[in-house]
Amino acid sequence: MLGAAIIVFRESLEAALLIGIIAAAARTLPGRNRWLSAGVAAGVMGALIVAALAGRIADMADGMGQEMLNACILGLAVSMLAWHNIWMARHAREMVAGARAIVRDVADGRRELSAIMVLVAMAVLREGSETALFLYSLASEGESAGQVLAGGALGLAAGAGVGFAMYAGLLRVPVRRFFGVTAALVLLLAAGMAGQMARFLIQGDILPPLANPLWDTSAWLSANSPAGTLLHVLAGYDPRPSAMQALFYLGTVAAIALGMFLARAPARSATPA
Amino acid sequence: MRRLPLLALLCLPFAAAAADPAEIPLTIRNHRFEPAEVRIPAGQKVRLVVHNQDGTPEEFESHELNREKVIPGGAKASIFIGPLQAGKYPFFGEFNEATARGVVIAE
Ligand SMILES: [Cu+2]
Repeated sequence: MLGAAIIVFRESLEAALLIGIIAAAARTLPGRNRWLSAGVAAGVMGALIVAALAGRIADMADGMGQEMLNACILGLAVSMLAWHNIWMARHAREMVAGARAIVRDVADGRRELSAIMVLVAMAVLREGSETALFLYSLASEGESAGQVLAGGALGLAAGAGVGFAMYAGLLRVPVRRFFGVTAALVLLLAAGMAGQMARFLIQGDILPPLANPLWDTSAWLSANSPAGTLLHVLAGYDPRPSAMQALFYLGTVAAIALGMFLARAPARSATPA
Repeated sequence: MRRLPLLALLCLPFAAAAADPAEIPLTIRNHRFEPAEVRIPAGQKVRLVVHNQDGTPEEFESHELNREKVIPGGAKASIFIGPLQAGKYPFFGEFNEATARGVVIAE
């Protein structure tokens, strides 16, 4: 039971933190909770389907189906995070300014919220399909279904608790700095996911690692330590990244930051990059 | 949204054009890796072919190798690793961490 709790906690932590940050970043958008829940529900459904099809997915693409699927899910999540941040860069100021722009924001917000739903669904899908497989394997091992479910629920509750703490903590940030803080968090999350996407493409032999590892800080801060885990989840920390991972990471930071900069600047250039 | 075409491109399962790396077989049985020690040449890319003979799924995971992959019960999966510097690279089965442990030795 403890094993189930620990693994479910570990897998749900990433999704829970992401949802906490997104929920905070989208706090001014009307109907936020409905779209968030819809995203979670879609992600859970998708996770169960992926877990059920695991054997067939693994065999696809010359045995590299899983890497492709993970890379695609991560890639889509990164695009949605980028979109969110760039969109927010344009609208944050009006929102802080208050009611003036609310009518327009409702109309615009709807589009942004559907992106949030996709993003949340992708996060839940990725973490959830692994979790479902694991719980299934515990249950088929002879551990009673009740024990497995109890452990899983415990782990899920703990993960959700950390996500909620993240959300509550972010809400205490003063409004003036709030959008900056959440934008920075989302930017790091997106970059970390892009780095992981590169890792799956390397694992599947679709991209070369270039230099491997580029550096090794595992003696300083191991990926297993609590601090290393937290940094991994929040900022994509990897003690032994390959050069390709670093390229994806930095490229994503640069692309999103540039997009935010262009979106924030007065519409001088009609064609944003 | 310019990223989407690029993304679609990345998602295409194009096969690697490079020469086929050496295949190293690895078996999972009773939640243990056999052999538990895998020796590979340093500085070369190899393909670990992991055959999970248990009825339950397992996740091959290694922080040192920077790899993680779920292998369904009864399935075979390939994991590319390397080129590696000489050294020891532990791996484990995340779903049965107590018993499923092994190490890749690059030399
Ligand atoms: Cu995992």
